[in-house]
Amino acid sequence: MTQSVVVQVGQCGNQIGCCFWDLALREHAAVNQKGIYDEAISSFFRNVDTRVVGDGGSISKGKICSLKARAVLIDMEEGVVNEILQGPLRDVFDSKQLITDISGSGNNWAVGHKVFGSLYQEQILEKLRKSAEHCDCLQCFFIIHSMGGGTGSGLGTFLLKLLEDEFPEVYRFVTSVYPSGEDDVITSPYNSILAMKELNEHADCVLPIDNQSLFDIISKIDLMVNSGKLGTTIKPKSLVTSSAGAVKKQHQKPFDAMNNIVANLLLNLTSSARFEGSLNMDLNEISMNLVPFPQLHYLVSSLTPLYTLADVNIPTRRLDQMFSDAFSKDHQLIRADPKHSLYLACALMVRGNVQVSDLRRNIERLKPSLQFVSWNQEGWKTSLCSVPPVGHSHSLLALANNTCVKPTFMELKERFMRLYKKKAHLHHYLQIEGMEESSFMEAVSSLSGLIEEYNQLDATKSMPVEDFPRLSIAV
Amino acid sequence: MSIVTVQLGQCGNQIGFEVFDALYTDSHCPQGLCSKRENEAYQASCKERFFSEEENGVPVARAVLVDMEPKVTNQTLSKAAQSGRWKYGQHSCFCQKQGSGNNWAYGYSVHGPRHEESIMNLIQKEVEKCDSLSGFFIIMSMAGGTGSGLGAFVTQNLQDQYSNSLKMNQIIWPYGTGEVIVQNYNSILTLSHLYRSSDALLVHENDALHKICAKLMNIKQISFSDINQVLAHQLGSVFQPAYSVEGSCHYRRNPLGGFKDSALYTSWLEPINAFNVWKTQRAFSKYEKSAALVSNSQFLLKPLDMIVGKAWNMFASKAYIHQYTKFGIEEEDFLDSFTLLEQVVASYCNL
Repeated sequence: MTQSVVVQVGQCGNQIGCCFWDLALREHAAVNQKGIYDEAISSFFRNVDTRVVGDGGSISKGKICSLKARAVLIDMEEGVVNEILQGPLRDVFDSKQLITDISGSGNNWAVGHKVFGSLYQEQILEKLRKSAEHCDCLQCFFIIHSMGGGTGSGLGTFLLKLLEDEFPEVYRFVTSVYPSGEDDVITSPYNSILAMKELNEHADCVLPIDNQSLFDIISKIDLMVNSGKLGTTIKPKSLVTSSAGAVKKQHQKPFDAMNNIVANLLLNLTSSARFEGSLNMDLNEISMNLVPFPQLHYLVSSLTPLYTLADVNIPTRRLDQMFSDAFSKDHQLIRADPKHSLYLACALMVRGNVQVSDLRRNIERLKPSLQFVSWNQEGWKTSLCSVPPVGHSHSLLALANNTCVKPTFMELKERFMRLYKKKAHLHHYLQIEGMEESSFMEAVSSLSGLIEEYNQLDATKSMPVEDFPRLSIAV
Repeated sequence: MSIVTVQLGQCGNQIGFEVFDALYTDSHCPQGLCSKRENEAYQASCKERFFSEEENGVPVARAVLVDMEPKVTNQTLSKAAQSGRWKYGQHSCFCQKQGSGNNWAYGYSVHGPRHEESIMNLIQKEVEKCDSLSGFFIIMSMAGGTGSGLGAFVTQNLQDQYSNSLKMNQIIWPYGTGEVIVQNYNSILTLSHLYRSSDALLVHENDALHKICAKLMNIKQISFSDINQVLAHQLGSVFQPAYSVEGSCHYRRNPLGGFKDSALYTSWLEPINAFNVWKTQRAFSKYEKSAALVSNSQFLLKPLDMIVGKAWNMFASKAYIHQYTKFGIEEEDFLDSFTLLEQVVASYCNL
């Protein structure tokens, strides 16, 4: 089994990261009844004897002593990381695996990328190498950040090039929170477009998320919880937004709930690699199956269920409902319309007591309403993991490589152009050494190229499916 | 004569377990429905074929388990050990950590050469335990990365190293509507390579096995375990000791030999000669009477044609090719595979 290292950058990245580690601990605690450090836990956690001073404390087998997250926390302000280190998870993090500064990046990609990038390059490399050394077989880096700010966006994407050069064989999966239209950071379009270029070139796989979708999911759950419908008691711990395991009547801070959704995404993504099942799916299979061309690596994710009702017997009809929900816009973590766009590939990662016949039945049922690209008409990748998430009897994560991300990117480009035409706030960027107008132009051009790829694929949508002429053989 | 089984990848190992379990259960089935002497001869023959004797009397499967990630082999080994009836050899397993990522090129070009020596050594050890080796039974799927790519590599090696022994590959044909997106690529690469190095390909389609579970056995929620058990039952009834037409005193010595019989492979055959019948008095696994049919016919033409067609469409769009060229399988190799398989399709068509 392999290990993964999480690199959380910036305020957003660290807050989501914190939720992720909390949920990961809970999940493993629920599965691992005997307290033995096994390969599943070792994928994200080290087992350390804290009595040993220095580095020698790693224990590879036997009882769990003290679990340390395989994580590197980076932020150019101290507030968020300090809060984590004083909170309930403080013992989970290795205090040496942090990089902080005081001044912050001022919501400026150039400060994050160019200034802090060069300032902290050596330190970052050192921490990353340390994490890698602690791994038997490192397979994947999970980078969590937002696109609209300065640190997550700038320094987060600076990291990608470092990782590519230093660890070329290790996958780079990026969870990126994109700014929504009503974002309060004025320069977020600049930051996002500049960051997109790096994602295009150096990420293996990107899971775009937007806050609005997360917020909509929360609202939907609230409605359910507060509606007080007869017989609709929700199982505690089953809320995809809950962290404390109790059903709260009113919101925690909304961001907490939103971050938990993303944390659940990451847990489900890695579940088939960590736990057993009748059809396993490792992380390297995600990239292999869902990325037909290197640049087209943006995956739309949707999670079900969002909660589980308290009744124990779940007839097949409900199971099928789970599959239908996965293809409903309400469950997506980014606003997009895959049903009316073109699928390049789709992965269904199922957890719990679901068998291959359930999977096949639902694929047959849903296939007619979805449009797949001509050369991948049966573009389904499936996995069955026997261990369900905490609080549920089964769950489904759908990852789609679909041209429906195009509108999101086009909107981003438009917002960028509106600002750029007026040269608004540009001087904040241009005064940073290494930044020129050409940096912006290159970034836009990279995005335009990506949009054009999607356009070409979309153009094939309405064309009749024709087979290419086969080789003719003289017998 | 003994058969050494090589189980590769998740599918190969999951099926392998069911096969040995079915063989064991059958041979120790109390209702043989034949004479005691008959039963004993049957049991002895079966045991020698698939199991070797161990100190405390628990039979050890003559098998080598190979996978590029540990979860499945761990499960398989412990399931067998827990049953208490039979088990796998303690050192019969070769495992790595990172898997093959559903990538045929990774299984064939990276894992193959890297682990060649270790894997072939394990197989050699198993061969040495046999009094006389009938041949190899290799269980693998075509859709993934390890079973398919590493399986093709290992089969080629067995061809080189044990050219006098027979190699039969049990290949699993994936569901038509996709379990792995690049399954068509992996399949054509596997088939074209196996064609050159295997003696016989025994094909089971997931779709067909699924239908059996649904229609004939009326299972409501079909799991891979169900499917694998159907497969194991079929394989078991083919491989169990049986008399050939000529001699009804001894069990056929070479179970795999029958498959190399040229009479099975020609097209212009007298109907009398077309069937090779093996019989046994003893019942198979609780069924009083059972029959198994192994045929070489055009039935595979349609699925093969479909897979080649779909793979070709994808190839023409160049989709996913970068994932293969990364590990040394170039477009040339794809074209070679396509050419070979088109020839096979044409040959079957012309029958």
